Amino acid sequence: MVIPEIELKRLGSEYAEKYGFRDPEQYVFKARKGLDREVVEQISWIKNEPDWMREFRLRALEYFQRRPMPTWGADLSELNFDEIVYYIKPTERQGSSWEELPEHIRRTFDRLGIPEAERKFLAGVGAQYESEVVYHSLREELKRLGVIFVDMDTAVREYPDLVKQYFGTIIPPNDNKFAALNSAVWSGGSFVYVPEGVRVEVPLQAYFRINAENVGQFERTLIIVEPGAYVHYVEGCTAPIYSAASLHSAVVEIIVKEGARCRYTTIQNWSKNVYNLVTKRAAAYRDATMEWVDGNLGSKVTMKYPAVWLMEPGARGEVLSVAFAGDGQHQDAGGKMVHVAPYTSSQIISKSISKGTGRASYRGLVKVHRGAHHVRANVVCDALLLDEHSRTDTYPYMEIEEEQVSIGHEATVSKVAEEQLFYLQSRGLSEAEAMSMIVNGFIEPITKELPLEYAVELNRLIALEMEGSVG
Amino acid sequence: MAEQTPLFAIENLRAGIEGKEILRGVNLVIERGEIHALMGPNGSGKSTLAYVIAGHPNYEVYEGRILYKGENILELPPDERARMGLFLAFQYPTAIPGVTMANFLRLAVNSVRKARYGEDKALSPREFRRLLREKLQMLRMEESFASRYLNEGFSGGEKKRAEILQMALLEPEFAVLDETDSGLDIDALRTVSDGVNRLFNPTMALLVITHYQRILNYIRPQFVHVMLDGKIAVSGGPELAEELEEKGYDWVKSRFAEAAS
Repeated sequence: MVIPEIELKRLGSEYAEKYGFRDPEQYVFKARKGLDREVVEQISWIKNEPDWMREFRLRALEYFQRRPMPTWGADLSELNFDEIVYYIKPTERQGSSWEELPEHIRRTFDRLGIPEAERKFLAGVGAQYESEVVYHSLREELKRLGVIFVDMDTAVREYPDLVKQYFGTIIPPNDNKFAALNSAVWSGGSFVYVPEGVRVEVPLQAYFRINAENVGQFERTLIIVEPGAYVHYVEGCTAPIYSAASLHSAVVEIIVKEGARCRYTTIQNWSKNVYNLVTKRAAAYRDATMEWVDGNLGSKVTMKYPAVWLMEPGARGEVLSVAFAGDGQHQDAGGKMVHVAPYTSSQIISKSISKGTGRASYRGLVKVHRGAHHVRANVVCDALLLDEHSRTDTYPYMEIEEEQVSIGHEATVSKVAEEQLFYLQSRGLSEAEAMSMIVNGFIEPITKELPLEYAVELNRLIALEMEGSVG
Repeated sequence: MAEQTPLFAIENLRAGIEGKEILRGVNLVIERGEIHALMGPNGSGKSTLAYVIAGHPNYEVYEGRILYKGENILELPPDERARMGLFLAFQYPTAIPGVTMANFLRLAVNSVRKARYGEDKALSPREFRRLLREKLQMLRMEESFASRYLNEGFSGGEKKRAEILQMALLEPEFAVLDETDSGLDIDALRTVSDGVNRLFNPTMALLVITHYQRILNYIRPQFVHVMLDGKIAVSGGPELAEELEEKGYDWVKSRFAEAAS
């Protein structure tokens, strides 16, 4: 794949210009700061939810309050739950055309290029602004085939049986503190249902935008891929630059049934005040394939380990993860593969780049349950350090309870070699261009898996991060 | 008549690495249209000179100047030198995993073109592909070469061809070929030399660095210099290279040792 040339010259203040802008806060409803029973009930009431969901939320709130903060992984000590606003309703109603949206919100997504991308290469788009999905569309022919792509709140109302059957089954509310938090205050996110044998050949995309300061975004996504079906779901995320922390804590549950395939691609580019603490897990059944392609660039702290539970023989799981930790960032990312059944296979490929005071950690788990023989699992984690101060660590956990298995693990740490920089510079590339090119080459095994538009975007974002990385 | 500025000149260059002096006073003048050969035994400082000309950051210059079109380039970073029209074909080209030849070459060609011919002289993807195809054919290289990763897994011959391919695309006015003949079999040497000869024109100049006389049968220099112990010990015409081939470096050493000390 030939990636169009990246224009590196004018990247100066580009994040600020392209993503870092903020709108005046104009909201229909904004919850008060902090989290308690009242706030949760308020959210459920505004959404006019059925009792089972309200009770689900309240139960999750108790789990959240009981659970201690995790002390492993990234430093979360500056995250103050009392200072966060857990729900903001930006508009009265959702639009199915961009024109229906309030001017300022429409402008936001225009600037982010979403309507244009929709016209060019997407089968469906969901756009979430603060707590609610404000726009949703799906191509007519997919609707006729029975594909469902709506926001999660709409799904609770319109597809209650499907939602009740699967919601919270892959990631129970008490799974971890942040899954519990999400389960208590979730709002927005996507619900995707692909009927048996239907292949959605062009991606569905969701875009998540935080605008206000000190808010939390807690979308909840549930994807069900019926036997023999295929879907590629892409999410992108940005927020303005604030000094106070914002919190993004999503839950994504995916069910991939017999012979089906699901690919979930994330290009996360939160601004550097966002705590990004996300739980993502899929269950893959007989001969099914689940692929997580995970690009983590922005945020202050990211903790995210997309998981695949390989439930039946023939199931395959894959995580391709890229993390870029710039100054002051900690990307604690990786993947988990849980082999429950025999004859299952998995691969985790993690590529991390650390720059300046940035720290990138790979944290991953391969677990093989007793009885899951003839499992093949492979983990590759490569770290690239851009300078003397940057840091990388690797935490590869293996829990293997079966003997007839084949497990591979390799890890490398490298520094950008002076010889490489000199070689490229001797051909007329500036030091920054040379550095970007080396980094893009390093993550190429992952960008080549992305649709062209996203590959270009990822390379461009990395070029942006490289700004100022050279003297 | 006023004396014309030479295209390239080295004046009393003293340079080294990690405090160790390797070049101990090099002088050289090269005019447009000229091909010079720089010969010498291993360790005499030939490759150091190539690196110092290209601007390798690990080398220190203690004294002297390198003038390109009259401007001292020693303070310029390597990319600026390249954008002015200087080129070094590396003896050991570096591999850059994950970066395709095509992507790299297009960025390189356009940054050089914009600097030398103007901002609007960058090539469109289509123009670039056409140019690349033409140059690949000239060097008898497969088109699929362009989609391989830069120097990764290249054979010795492929690496050298790739260097000359870059030279062909970047159209330098002054090019240094550092041991381009090493590791080439006779057919590859002929192809690479043919390529260089076709690229050569009276508005540019070449400095061909080599240990052996062999490549000079194909790329014919008007001037031959022999480097000994960090200095040019003797200069002459093409016959010097032949004499050297016949008598070996020991002959130069015994004969010109005083000149080099």
